[in-house]
Amino acid sequence: MTVMEQRGGYRPSPPPAWQPRMDPAPLLPDAEPYRVLGTEAAAKADPDLLRRLYAELVRGRRYNVQATALTKQGRLAVYPSSTGQEACEVAAALALQERDWLFPSYRDTLAAVARGVDPVEALTLLRGDWHTGYDPYEHRVAPLCTPLATQLPHAVGLAHAARLKGDDVVALAMVGDGGSSEGDFHEALNFAAVWQAPVVFLVQNNGFAISVPLAKQTAAPSLAHKAVGYGMPGRLVDGNDAAAVHEVLSDAVRHARAGGGPTLIEAITYRIDAHTNADDATRYRGDSEVETWRGHDPIALLEHELTERGLLDEDGKQAARDAAEAMAADLRERMNQDPVLDPMDLFAHVYAEPTPQLREQQDQLRAELEAESEGSHR
Amino acid sequence: MTTVAVKPATMAQALTRALRDAMAADPAVHVMGEDVGTLGGVFRVTDGLAKEFGDDRCTDTPLAEAGILGTAVGMAMYGLRPVVEMQFDAFAYPAFEQLISHVSRMRNRTRGKMPLPITIRVPYGGGIGGVEHHSDSSEAYYMATPGLHVVTPATVADAYGLLRAAIASDDPVVFLEPKRLYWSKDSWNPEDPQSVEPIGRAVVRRSGRSATLITYGPSVPVCLEAAEAAREEGWDLEVVDLRSLVPFDDETVSASVRRTGRAVVVHESGGFGGPGGEIAARVTERCFHHLEAPVLRVAGFDIPYPPPMLERHHLPGVDRILDAVGRLQWEAES
Repeated sequence: MTVMEQRGGYRPSPPPAWQPRMDPAPLLPDAEPYRVLGTEAAAKADPDLLRRLYAELVRGRRYNVQATALTKQGRLAVYPSSTGQEACEVAAALALQERDWLFPSYRDTLAAVARGVDPVEALTLLRGDWHTGYDPYEHRVAPLCTPLATQLPHAVGLAHAARLKGDDVVALAMVGDGGSSEGDFHEALNFAAVWQAPVVFLVQNNGFAISVPLAKQTAAPSLAHKAVGYGMPGRLVDGNDAAAVHEVLSDAVRHARAGGGPTLIEAITYRIDAHTNADDATRYRGDSEVETWRGHDPIALLEHELTERGLLDEDGKQAARDAAEAMAADLRERMNQDPVLDPMDLFAHVYAEPTPQLREQQDQLRAELEAESEGSHR
Repeated sequence: MTTVAVKPATMAQALTRALRDAMAADPAVHVMGEDVGTLGGVFRVTDGLAKEFGDDRCTDTPLAEAGILGTAVGMAMYGLRPVVEMQFDAFAYPAFEQLISHVSRMRNRTRGKMPLPITIRVPYGGGIGGVEHHSDSSEAYYMATPGLHVVTPATVADAYGLLRAAIASDDPVVFLEPKRLYWSKDSWNPEDPQSVEPIGRAVVRRSGRSATLITYGPSVPVCLEAAEAAREEGWDLEVVDLRSLVPFDDETVSASVRRTGRAVVVHESGGFGGPGGEIAARVTERCFHHLEAPVLRVAGFDIPYPPPMLERHHLPGVDRILDAVGRLQWEAES
């Protein structure tokens, strides 16, 4: 007697609620990171765009070098450099329209600056005179976000709200390979896909979360593959190829704006500097690895392409360098001025109106400050 | 003084009405959370809102509290006024990072440029026979976070008025709803303009001369019951309902204690590191020379919330409150 006969001819059927909802194949990222520079695709790239990317990369590198120098001079408390990752930073800013929003992490000062935020105001957090130095609404750049991946749900919510209001605004959220392990990364991607929110997630996989390499961070085939689990397309791109990052981001932004929903993009890049000036990268990686990546430098890659195609000569390079030097000189000069601080500001923005309890503490501090200034006059 | 003839309503109904009126008054108000749409919430507080205002205004979200609050932050950044429901007190914990690192300090971080008018509704407290993780009194966590208002109603009228005030506030408000009072009934007139109370004002629920019971939320009816029972002992107790833990109404509380000279703080939350310690300290600092006895606390024990069959031993009840009142050094009086 067979099992089926024992069960009186009962035939198990698939659970009625189950049905495949989508073919996952189109969501899968390419096997290799997408590249433009040095490939046939480069010929199709807009020369003006490439020249603009080049100028921004040179300026961005100079910004990183200058900011790092300012930490050594005691003018910045800390600086998480994006040297080596400028292609991602610059392309993120340039792929957006003015009405769009950028949600940077703490390493994305450069993206904020490339989007128009004042270079000094972008450093307020890292100088330590306030937490955010710029008005987020002026250039539609959210505050630089320190807790990892927590700005991703903000981007989703903002994009969702914009769509509800009928505005064709796209939000671009930036995060690192380490941040992709956070719960908020998962929740943001899930909400974005369920709501079909016009948002683009850019993961800069720079190889390390401070000291921890990607292999200890994830067992996924790639970070871009994670997209498939949420029902959104994943794209893999060479993060040091500014033209490729710009193209992939622009495609995703266009797709989102057209109502196609979110995209997850993994950009393969490398953090040339230590995590911050306070970190010692020699404790967890060798010089040879860094040297290998220096050979895949985003500025050199683009410069080579532009030179080969006769789109950039010595004068052009010099002009880019001059513009970068002017920015650095201005940054140095303004950062060398001590910020004017008013300790009473500590109470000004905790609530719309200070609570009675805060008013008492405000009075206390005011009295302390008065006593201090009287003391200094004696 | 005449009372308007009105229909009795439950606290849950008053909360629903507050949400509905707020949504009708301002298209920026969006309700979101787990099961708030089709089902109307596990406590039915959002009942009918999705039907009346559509799924985009009353949204069933994926089941992820950090995602709910985190996306609400982004919606508020874009000018909406999200009202978020955390299904139960203990289910709000995944949202703590968003709450503490962003919701509470975005205004401050941006020097006032980016306020976040978000209301976070949290059903809290015990006494409903809930199994583990359904009965926490989590107010001390919220109180300890600068930048949040923390509000809790104890009456049907306050449930309406304070929720309207919370939604209208340009600051984030943690709105703690005492679960066991959801079905409490009261005659209440939502058309009464006095039904919208400003946040931050305590109220004397019962006047008395002997001692002040300082309390809030689910413990208010317990204290009123204790005050009635205390009459037999010859004590005439005053009951102050705080309504708002942040901001704290020192004025009303101190005035009461200065009148009575004695005070007991009553709450379900644990005593150690709980709100009562802060309140007792504030009262002592302000009313020391008026006090006839140390300020005492009647609180939940410092234990994980008990299983439902034992919760009655944990929750502050009339007897425990009266015992505390009895320890307020009455000997000096005679």
